Amino acid sequence: MNTEMKNIKKIIVDETLELDCGKTIKNFPIAYETYGTLNKNKDNAILAFHALTGDQFCANINPITKREGWWTFAVGPGKAIDTNKYFVICANVLGGCMGSYGPKEINPETNKLFGTTFPVITIRDMVRSQKYLLDYLGIKKLLSVAGGSMGGMQVLQFAALYPEMTHSTIPIACSASHSAQNIALNELGRQAIMADPNWKKEDSSPDKGLAVARMAAHITYLSKKGLEEKFGRKLQDKGSLKFSFDADFQIESYLRYQGATFVDRFDANSYLYITRAMDYFDLEKQYKGNLSNAFKNNKSKFCIISFSSDWLYPTIENKEIVIALNACGANVRFVEINSDKGHDSFLLDVPDFLKTISEFINSTYNEIKK
Amino acid sequence: MKKEFETISKIIKNNKRVLDVGCGDGTLMEYLKEKQKNDVRGLEPQKNLVQKCIAKGLPVIEGDAEKELFQFPKKSFDYVVLSQTLQAFFDPEEVLEQLLRIGKQTIVSIPNFGYWKVRLHLLFKGTMPMTKNLPNEWYNTPNLHMCTIKDFVNFCDKKNIKIDKSMCVTNEKISEITNKNMGYKNIFSQLGIFLIQ
Repeated sequence: MNTEMKNIKKIIVDETLELDCGKTIKNFPIAYETYGTLNKNKDNAILAFHALTGDQFCANINPITKREGWWTFAVGPGKAIDTNKYFVICANVLGGCMGSYGPKEINPETNKLFGTTFPVITIRDMVRSQKYLLDYLGIKKLLSVAGGSMGGMQVLQFAALYPEMTHSTIPIACSASHSAQNIALNELGRQAIMADPNWKKEDSSPDKGLAVARMAAHITYLSKKGLEEKFGRKLQDKGSLKFSFDADFQIESYLRYQGATFVDRFDANSYLYITRAMDYFDLEKQYKGNLSNAFKNNKSKFCIISFSSDWLYPTIENKEIVIALNACGANVRFVEINSDKGHDSFLLDVPDFLKTISEFINSTYNEIKK
Repeated sequence: MKKEFETISKIIKNNKRVLDVGCGDGTLMEYLKEKQKNDVRGLEPQKNLVQKCIAKGLPVIEGDAEKELFQFPKKSFDYVVLSQTLQAFFDPEEVLEQLLRIGKQTIVSIPNFGYWKVRLHLLFKGTMPMTKNLPNEWYNTPNLHMCTIKDFVNFCDKKNIKIDKSMCVTNEKISEITNKNMGYKNIFSQLGIFLIQ
């Protein structure tokens, strides 16, 4: 795994970035991946932002985990975001654990792993750090910025910070201010990690805590109906109940598997930092209590998408973004896609969703080519 | 394009900000945007139609006019268009009030329940009228508050709504409604189109 980690594409940002927490970072790595080809005019680039546990490998097979990229249903040749036509960029977020500057990296001042001494970061810090990557790639204006969940928050933050830098803006299944419910759920995950006796130990990691955090979070990504249809009360061992605390039910075994495989690819401290960044996200507060101010005079075409069975970032929270955009006369479209797959819908094969983003991006591209 | 949309487009002219409430598949919006360089927005309750609009590059939001109009600021559009939908709302009065608040001017079209075929249908058949413009049965029609051209004019009068222009569509022909010809138009026109503020 380590040799492959070395092959990850990175830039080292040699400028100083002042973080929202007041600390500064410099000479820090931002790891990224690209798909497709940047055209001569450099006008076919799309920046995809990943969610909490994603990374820069949004398409194809992730070379580190050997599993499919997180957005393979949407990104690739001939897919909704067609890499035969568009140049897709995706960076590992600041605070992440796939090569970008984060708690898993060495602190150059102490030559030790950062761990919990890494500065607390925000969504705004994440977005500002990725701007350096666009500068490095020589992209002045993106065709689109897109992302779901925490990726959607980065999309909104990007639109607020760099209104002139994108023709279109696609926040999916997200919110402009993290809700109390979502903060609560994140706190549950963090407490699970921090309750693990292996947390903050130099030569071990809090795998059990992280696995529990992932299991709890995973439930929130699905819908009741989805769970019912996929698992119902089906037993793992067809026979009968074992009258023990083993995984009798398929759903238990599924969650345990999700937890167990997650710890192989994710850093517990990254989980703490990134969930914290999500909780701190409040674009309305950033813009003096009026979300519309974040998008004032923004000429980009907005396409907001929510999913009917998403209870983590429900339609009503996505609609608040729409309302703020309409209040300032922005160019906005919005659709709630019918899906039983819960919050995870944006990562899955949901044809109406994929069709919508594909047609929206294509129509935007055709318009700028006119 | 149908006569109704042709009339509406002619009223709107070029380079205006327009909100199409109940924009359907975006036919009118597309014309206003492409041919007349208008800055258009749409509101449409049906998901599949919203998706069609998005595919055409039109800024349309999914939503019900009875719940969503509040979010548009006062006089934020030069024109607000409501094509043949007023009669389908639970509270058309409230919707109309919102339209007038949002638009500097509002264009409303209504299927005319005073049209002679409608009258004769009820008179001779004794069943609820069904015509080309009103194709549904009484039990599945979305139209809750049908009115005639005269009803709408009276309503505007009562509510102190200023009618700047009254047009009607009679067998695919457009003409103006005046005080003089109102009775006649109320019998022979299928559709009334009003520019109000």
